[in-house]
Amino acid sequence: MITRRNFFRAMGSGLAVWIVDPADAQESGGGARRGMNQQAPTDVSAWLHISEAGAVTVFTGKVEVGQNARTSLTQAVAEELRAPVGSIRMVMGDTALTPFDQGTFGSQTTPQMWPRIRKAAAAARDMLTDLAAQKWDVDRASISILNGTVTAGKQSAGFGELTHGQKLMRTIPASEALTPATEWKVAGTSVAKVNGRDIVTGAHQYTYDVHRAGMLYGKVLYPPQFGAKLVSVDASAAEAIPGVTVVRDKFHARPNSESAGDDLVGVVAPDPATAEKALAALRAEWSTAGGQPSNKDVFAYYKKHARAGGGRGGRGGGAAETGATANPNLVPYTVAYIAHTPLEPRAAVAEWSADGKLTVWTGTQRPFGVRSELAQDLGMPEENVHVLMPDTGSGYGGKHNGDAAVEAARLAKAAGRPVKRAWTREEEMTWAYFRPGGLIEVYGAVDAQGKLTAWEFHNYNSGPSGLQSPYVIAGQKTEQVHQTQSPLRQGSYRGLAGTANHFVRESYMDELAHSVKMDPLEFRLQNMNDERLRNVLEAAAGKFGWKARQKAAGRGFGLAVGMEKGGYVAACAEVSVVNGAVKVLRVVQSFECGAVVNPEHLRNQVDGAIAMGVGGALFEQIEFADGKIASNRLSNYRVPRFADMPVIETVLLDRKDLTPAGAGETPIMAVAPAIGNAIFDATGQRIRSLPMTPGNKMPEV
Amino acid sequence: MARITQLDVNGAVRRLDVDGDRTLLSVLRDDLALTGTKYGCGEGQCAACTVLVDGQPTKSCLTKASAVLGKKVVTIEGLAADGKLHPVQEAFLDADAMQCGWCTPGMILGAVGLLRRTPNPTEAEIVSGMNGHICRCGTYPRVVHAIQTAARKGGRA
Repeated sequence: MITRRNFFRAMGSGLAVWIVDPADAQESGGGARRGMNQQAPTDVSAWLHISEAGAVTVFTGKVEVGQNARTSLTQAVAEELRAPVGSIRMVMGDTALTPFDQGTFGSQTTPQMWPRIRKAAAAARDMLTDLAAQKWDVDRASISILNGTVTAGKQSAGFGELTHGQKLMRTIPASEALTPATEWKVAGTSVAKVNGRDIVTGAHQYTYDVHRAGMLYGKVLYPPQFGAKLVSVDASAAEAIPGVTVVRDKFHARPNSESAGDDLVGVVAPDPATAEKALAALRAEWSTAGGQPSNKDVFAYYKKHARAGGGRGGRGGGAAETGATANPNLVPYTVAYIAHTPLEPRAAVAEWSADGKLTVWTGTQRPFGVRSELAQDLGMPEENVHVLMPDTGSGYGGKHNGDAAVEAARLAKAAGRPVKRAWTREEEMTWAYFRPGGLIEVYGAVDAQGKLTAWEFHNYNSGPSGLQSPYVIAGQKTEQVHQTQSPLRQGSYRGLAGTANHFVRESYMDELAHSVKMDPLEFRLQNMNDERLRNVLEAAAGKFGWKARQKAAGRGFGLAVGMEKGGYVAACAEVSVVNGAVKVLRVVQSFECGAVVNPEHLRNQVDGAIAMGVGGALFEQIEFADGKIASNRLSNYRVPRFADMPVIETVLLDRKDLTPAGAGETPIMAVAPAIGNAIFDATGQRIRSLPMTPGNKMPEV
Repeated sequence: MARITQLDVNGAVRRLDVDGDRTLLSVLRDDLALTGTKYGCGEGQCAACTVLVDGQPTKSCLTKASAVLGKKVVTIEGLAADGKLHPVQEAFLDADAMQCGWCTPGMILGAVGLLRRTPNPTEAEIVSGMNGHICRCGTYPRVVHAIQTAARKGGRA
């Protein structure tokens, strides 16, 4: 592990800047996710090194999952250091080299890490200026730095020349003056994906692609259904296959299943096909528990298992008792479980050294969290565990934990060789966690002028993100999350509950607008006072041509807004509905998240969120019954394809006067309600259940 | 269980010794270290594993190694010639037609095959020709745009 003491020994001499923010230590202090023996996180959030050869390397615990953080953070360095993009290397999510980081989620890379890395680069530029002033004996003011070259009059030098023979370290606070957005040269421009060439040539190595000398391939025996217990296993046929080793080891705890303390039964073999054959040759007997809900009756199950007193109020929350909600006018909505389906399933390669140290390559949004998980599970100190995160084949909130890492580590330990444990698509869709399903009950009242006078909103199971209404409510307002039980393993997702809560709020706002015969745009505008929200709504409606829209048979128009995680979004959708089949024809979406860091990559994120949002709106749904996931493959779980794409028009509002916020999540939130409102406009049918299928009955609640 | 002892991959004869019933995907990745070809589903639903077999886009997860004996296989690693990117690779970079990049090699080879069959495809022909490819990040409109650009530049190459 890198410390300030051993830094130059590890990195070579040169110049280094450490960004220190006491708030970091606090933030990452008492999180429930921290393991028992996790090292106390330091207050350092990033560091930067310039070698004697002039190479600029920046270290951050954030990771690249396709959201282009590697590029945007490189831009931060290039901007403040005045160095070419190509001269900068980001080391990300390597627990031996990068500072502790909670993880890459919650759209936090841009608002938190991006300014810190800029500050580190600004401080390095300052140090280079000092070095040049000293070396050439000139006034600091006469020195300029551009494109990686330091110049004063006729003298000039590269970074490496100036740092030669030095061991300069500066520790700076997270507050340091930065170049204002209006003067940005590199930040704010569409710098191309820094490792794009490696992607299009197939050179980039994902976890799935990592190979180690002597590596074996591992498989793990999973139960036939959730909650099943292993009674016995006959491994003799598997063991008879040449090259196969059968491993039995204590299994780690799996939330929402009762397998904690069960055995891990796995096989390792010299090639994947033999490993598969060996797994199939294991004869296991399981005991199964019945009485588990299905995707059809899970909503009533949530309500039944809601814990009294478990509600969590939102802003201005009332004192409503949880468990049973009393208001008879509440309207129920439901949201299905859906699967992240990252195209690279989770995977890990584990290797043990002769002295008992463990190295694991794995695709995860939380490399330090996975290090804790490994240390805890294997009963070893964290300093002996090294986790590396190769830029991964996407996550969408689905790669927070270390299941594959722990399996690979256990199998490798037993086999005495490096082991790759790559999940199959079926394993990914069955044993990873899902975006939570949810039951949401909503009620609102409007006066004769169309002003909101009351609001009540109860979310069972899907969570608090985006719970709070952005509208002005004149009277009583209650917003609550009710803790309950989920029969399926569930966890983070792009925007998490923000998608569910926005779907319900914005669909119901449409219901209210129609109840007072007002235009949905006008109704929203007159009930909001947030200027940024108004701006995105007007931008989207203007570009869409909302006011000039022409009704036609089987066609419908809908809109929705949202704000979450510092971003503001508005979507307008046009759909056609023919014999119950919905086709989204056009989506115009505007998005504002402060000053834009990289317009093209931001547009790509927003467009991608619309594409993904279409899936959750219209067809993505995990079907399950009796503890079995029926939607366990891409052939029975439909994700959006080329033919599902509407015409997408994204409007970016660049607020150079505001600090940048993240953009990975919020742009998905308005998509489903805009589509649902358009379906209502086309058919007169209000669909209160995701995914929306006209003609389908509302699930039992 | 017939053994395979050689395969013509990326213009070179590669010696190996594998069970011919294994998938081409696994042999490329695990025996020939050509990991640019990706696994996505193992059932031909996502096309991340697409390679060219005698110029035709082929799902390597559903293809036995023995089925390509005597045929020419091109993987993403073999598409650029002498360090010069293929026009379709260039077009994907220019259009920023990727996020995580996992689907990209298969998309590019699928697009190369499409442009070979249909040098100047309409948008509808691109959509139907590429509909077997999944991009979970949702870069579809950019991929369409990239293929249109490559077509204009004579992307058959």
